[in-house]
Amino acid sequence: MNQQEALFRFALRMGDNALVLGHRISEWCGHAPALEEDIAQTNIALDLIGQARNYLTYAGEVEGKGRKEDDLAYLRDSREYINALITEQPKGDFAHTIVRSFLWDAFHRPLLNALANSSDERLKGIAEKAVKEVAYHLRHSSEWLIRFGDGTEESHRRAQTALDELWRFTGELFEADEAEQILAKEGVIPPLESLKAEWNATVDRVLAEATLKRPSEGWMASGGKKGVHTEHLSLMLAEMQTLQRSYPGVEW
Amino acid sequence: MSTTNEKDWPLWEIFLQSKKGLDHKHVGSLHAADARMAVENARDVYTRRGEGNSIWAVRASDIHASRPEDQGEFFDPADDKVYRHPTFYPMPEGVKYI
Repeated sequence: MNQQEALFRFALRMGDNALVLGHRISEWCGHAPALEEDIAQTNIALDLIGQARNYLTYAGEVEGKGRKEDDLAYLRDSREYINALITEQPKGDFAHTIVRSFLWDAFHRPLLNALANSSDERLKGIAEKAVKEVAYHLRHSSEWLIRFGDGTEESHRRAQTALDELWRFTGELFEADEAEQILAKEGVIPPLESLKAEWNATVDRVLAEATLKRPSEGWMASGGKKGVHTEHLSLMLAEMQTLQRSYPGVEW
Repeated sequence: MSTTNEKDWPLWEIFLQSKKGLDHKHVGSLHAADARMAVENARDVYTRRGEGNSIWAVRASDIHASRPEDQGEFFDPADDKVYRHPTFYPMPEGVKYI
């Protein structure tokens, strides 16, 4: 794999993560527990989908085969998606959504902070814009997690259950594949394991305030970054892609 | 007597400053569990199109208003007292925005 192929793969993954998670969060539109929160979640979903567009457009250019953002978003099957497994998990109850967002945001922010100093101008530009959005995402998910954990007996129980169920998807975030290793060596992206300390600190601080128990490390699921997904992704893509698949090239 | 369910979040009135130096204007209201959530919700509900630079949230129950039935005695007497308006002074030339 040369550096350009690695860059394609990384930009594609950043796009896939943002698109899949953005789609998952958008499923709350019209269904969130309060009107205000409905707007908040929809804002966050739109931030992520906006980021996905930037990454996928760039990935298409790096690849140089003429694929546009829409081709990459709507005309790839789940095996070709290389997002992390945590982003594709179903939205579950609101505690699941908040816990998943929190675990992801706590990783996403230091990643973007580092990418904002990337030697690659495009990645740097995308990250500089996105990092402010993601700082707010992390604040929002942290606030909710603290309220749930330190709230009622039921909210605490649901938050802890979600945390225990989603924890096994966090290990994959820090596993660098070949593309990420190549780019880290060239200083284009940070070594993923270097983000772990800040992630740990954020997770421990918020969980302590939320009176939630950090699960033991245990077995970690992985595969999403290689295209081997949980069953949930293909169902999500089927719904997301149906229009473009049924009416190729449709515009309105 | 309160008809509000205790589980409901209280109502907050939201004021936005659109630019530094200008006053905060009332833009609407929303529900939130506490002040911190009120400010965050206001950010999401009222500043999505770059309307705001600063947010104030005030618990609606902390606002004390005059009553519509007091309209007459409160405000009507001001209508016929023109001498309360500074309209009897010659304005120097060149003064603008008065």
